Amino acid sequence: MEAALASARMGRRTALVTLSIDKIALMPCNPAVGGVGKGQLTREIDALGGEQGRNIDKSYIQIKMLNTSKGPAVRALRAQADKRLYEDSMKVVLAATPNLEIVEGEVVGVDVSRETVRGLWLNDGRYLATRTFVLASGTFLRGKVIVGGCSYPAGRVGELPATHLSRSLEEAGIVLGRFQSATPPRVDGRTIDRGKMIVQPGEELPAGFSHWQTPAPRAQLLCYLTYTSATTHQTVSEHLYLSPLKSGTVSGKGPRYCPSIDRKIINFPEKDRHPVFVEPEGATTHEVYLQGLTTSLPVHVQELIISATPGLERARLIRPGYAVEYDYLIPEQLTLWLESKTVSGLFSAGQVNGTSGYEEAAAQGLIAGINAALAARGEEPFILGRDQAYIGVLIDDLVTKGVDEPYRMFTSRAEYRLLLRHDNADERLAEFGQRLGLLEPAQLRAVENRRNQVAELQAFLESTTLRDDAQLNSELETMGTSPISEPQTAAQLLRRPQVALPDLLRMLEATGHSTGRYDEKVLEQVEIRARYDGYIQRQLSEIRRQRATEHRAIPPGFSYDSIEGITVEARDKLTRLRPATLGQASRIAGVSPADISVLLLHLHRADSEAAGISATVSRP
Amino acid sequence: MAPRAIPTSEPHMETSQKPTVETIAAISTAGGAGAIGIVRMSGPQAVPIAKQVFRPIRGGADRVGAESHRLLYGHIVGAAGEYVDEVLLAVMRAPATYTREDVVEVHCHGGPAAQRAVLAILLQKGARPAEPGEFTKRAFLNGRIDLTQAESVSSVIRARTTTALRAAVRQLEGGLGDRLRDLRRQLVSVLAELEAGIDFSEEDIDDLDREGLASRVARVCRQLEGLLATAFTARALEEGVRTAIVGRPNVGKSSLLNALLMRERAIVSEIPGTTRDTIEETLECGGILLRLVDTAGLREGRDHVEVLGIERSRAALDSADLILAVFDAAEGLSGEDRHLLDGVDPARTILVANKIDLVPTRGDGLAGGEAAWWGKSGRLSRGDGANSADSPEDLGELSQFAPPILVSATTGHGIDELRDAVSQLVLEGKDLDLEEPLLATERQRRLTEEAHRHGEQTVRALEEGLPDELVSEDLRAAIVALGAITGESIVPDLIDEIFTRFCIGK
Repeated sequence: MEAALASARMGRRTALVTLSIDKIALMPCNPAVGGVGKGQLTREIDALGGEQGRNIDKSYIQIKMLNTSKGPAVRALRAQADKRLYEDSMKVVLAATPNLEIVEGEVVGVDVSRETVRGLWLNDGRYLATRTFVLASGTFLRGKVIVGGCSYPAGRVGELPATHLSRSLEEAGIVLGRFQSATPPRVDGRTIDRGKMIVQPGEELPAGFSHWQTPAPRAQLLCYLTYTSATTHQTVSEHLYLSPLKSGTVSGKGPRYCPSIDRKIINFPEKDRHPVFVEPEGATTHEVYLQGLTTSLPVHVQELIISATPGLERARLIRPGYAVEYDYLIPEQLTLWLESKTVSGLFSAGQVNGTSGYEEAAAQGLIAGINAALAARGEEPFILGRDQAYIGVLIDDLVTKGVDEPYRMFTSRAEYRLLLRHDNADERLAEFGQRLGLLEPAQLRAVENRRNQVAELQAFLESTTLRDDAQLNSELETMGTSPISEPQTAAQLLRRPQVALPDLLRMLEATGHSTGRYDEKVLEQVEIRARYDGYIQRQLSEIRRQRATEHRAIPPGFSYDSIEGITVEARDKLTRLRPATLGQASRIAGVSPADISVLLLHLHRADSEAAGISATVSRP
Repeated sequence: MAPRAIPTSEPHMETSQKPTVETIAAISTAGGAGAIGIVRMSGPQAVPIAKQVFRPIRGGADRVGAESHRLLYGHIVGAAGEYVDEVLLAVMRAPATYTREDVVEVHCHGGPAAQRAVLAILLQKGARPAEPGEFTKRAFLNGRIDLTQAESVSSVIRARTTTALRAAVRQLEGGLGDRLRDLRRQLVSVLAELEAGIDFSEEDIDDLDREGLASRVARVCRQLEGLLATAFTARALEEGVRTAIVGRPNVGKSSLLNALLMRERAIVSEIPGTTRDTIEETLECGGILLRLVDTAGLREGRDHVEVLGIERSRAALDSADLILAVFDAAEGLSGEDRHLLDGVDPARTILVANKIDLVPTRGDGLAGGEAAWWGKSGRLSRGDGANSADSPEDLGELSQFAPPILVSATTGHGIDELRDAVSQLVLEGKDLDLEEPLLATERQRRLTEEAHRHGEQTVRALEEGLPDELVSEDLRAAIVALGAITGESIVPDLIDEIFTRFCIGK
């Protein structure tokens, strides 16, 4: 979807081919957007002109800001979606987008000749001629659903898989792997006893995910929390022999951060309870999602597990949990702009690249769509760096380090986490969005205005001095910080964690300074920058230091064979993965800092030789 | 990390053919005559070359390399087919070898001649002489040993004293790497708790015990301090200790040097100044390599010394790690001596009272180990304590110096005690425990210091209640610094640790 929207919005004639038009934007697992790390991705998608943030703002039933006490960089929004509303509002947007056609059908083959995409064959005999193609097949490639002892081909429960495309990709030289994912059972909300559970309310927040609109706050629904009991655990243990984990029915690798209840009880036998979040799936459905009870045990065991859990004793099962196994494309075969290194014009995004989560998928979809459009125009690819966005971290991780389980974003994956904040996504990325044609000039102007106001307020605080004053000092003491005896600039005072900017401005007004009026976003930026100045400067200088190496290009045909002094393992990996830059090379497992130093030396030498030659040539 | 699931059969991702690796050969037994000498060869041509030059007693040349790790008895033959030496030949096939390449060892007769003859034949057949440490370098490049071990290799090769060699060999066995990996693991485990709290705040994870975390990080910091304290010792072993021998003219500095060197040198040449351009002298003293600064100054003719002596000594003092301040035992400390010692760090200084043989004694001669102390006059007394009334306070500044070592450069009396004092001072009174890891290189020291600084900052951040994300920032920097020494990267380790320790998952 993000890919199709980006491409169409960039003016390319775009077809969105789907197995079922009705299932567009369906959330097959937890109907939620955001969370720590993922929320930052959604903000970035929005800042670039993508759709996910706006869509969840239109359709949430509960929203929260997480990690408020742990610092601004790891703060993140998480929203529960009204599943049906999320689908519907996305379909409205798709329908209203010029240049975008929706085609129902199964893609059975990619027409590739001379390592370039020429078109797509559909199962109904249609042929779509195209130079670029974004593969976003989710769990559908040779999908297989597993519940208890039975398994059958399906992309998701009740949906046909894409059975032929994998073969066609393999014939084109693409290497596929096998992953697995699972989802918990849904129960009828009318049959649960909320009295035995802990209420999990949402929050009234001034803004949602989108930078570009402040939608009216939506009516929120309550979520609940319960815990598994000793009986739940006993039930699981007794039936473990039926678990696909044990029987080996599931062969693909699943994500460690999303273990089934079976797995949790095997791995953490000492824990006597596990949390179960009970979340409504929408305002117009009774379906309730049991986050924490993911399992693909047989349906009758699922019922036993549910009824052993406090508050769910009489809960009626609507949809059983299940596991799905699918083909993914080994992502080291991709470039940083998500195009195949083997077949030009073939882009891929989302679960098929070995990730999990709607946010990770949407982020890749956006980048793949943008780059497919750029490629069709014959323009240079668009790449975000690790120091610019979580999206950059995500894609760089995928294509250089590869995956050994479905990849999910964590903030700890980002080395410049303090710079890649939820609150500054638009400042980091809106300019790109506008240049690509995904944002209006007015939207960028708003961001620039705010940036100017931030600079203005910072300058004012730097240049304004507060003198020791009885009133001021007693206020400082009330805030729990020490009084001042020497004159201090307002900026210095703001560095104290106890001094909030609105209070500081009030104190400035009281001492006769005219402070001007700024909106909350401006105040937030100024405050964060003052407090984090030292750390931010350190990361910025680290980036400057890294950039020289990071962006040092390695010529495409560079031969590692001629290099003495790098380890054999590093040589093999580098030869195979062909990193585009030294930075990328440095993140490949098995390539050590010592190897990078040697490589740098050789690149320098190659450069100076080249320079030597051109100098000779240019001399008359 | 687990190897990635990349099928190797895929045509586009196939590794290209291996680059041409040269085959190297060298005599690998230490110089000198032993009963057996070993000439070693490593590389892809090792076995083919061995086949050309070795004639087994039984069977044909095809027996060579047919079985790995097996000794064959036979002869090395020269170009004309003549027997060069009677040898045992060991062929070890890759990868179970030191270099992870094919290795051939020729165990020939001891003595340089036989070994050189065998080596010459191997070189003739296409092997190239190995550079110092090249076998080990290949071991590192082929992933047989880690970075700290590889760094120790260069220490082994450069080791100039037996003590340094022993220390380097111990590092080569992995002592430092093990210790640093362990410390780093402890920090990663703290970081995992912090990060689990951040990235999985919605999960059922206990609240952070900040005090507990702070004390765990502090404990690692203490250990890093311990390692840093070894850096000086390590440098002393590796590079030698910059040593200045200072003192007034004619107190016997040059003869003292000679006594330490235990041989006559040109230093006390009859023609002053002839050797003054020698840049550096080194000598081994109590297992420690001393690197003498300003040896030319030591040899200044008396005439010059009067002009330049003191200033030059001053300069030498400032740059030295160890100062041997020599004075004339018979004359005691003159005003000039005291002036020289003014501002010198007593902790790095050994006072040497030379010409003890010229001091009149009462009684039992010049046996070592007599009681010695400072007299009020700064004059040295020996014997039964005639001047014992003098209290240390009278000495003022000088009381901070350890009592002088009494030597006679001429008779050799006290030289052993001086050697002990040097090694005591350099090793800070501790026995040199070669089983303990040492920070051997400047790079290791700098990174350890960086890790320590960030570790301390982490403790402060935890104590001052800074947000988790900032605490994590410092902790990460510390882990990255240690990882740079051991060659480990942070994210995979961290994420593995989180999933092993916490039940994450919804």
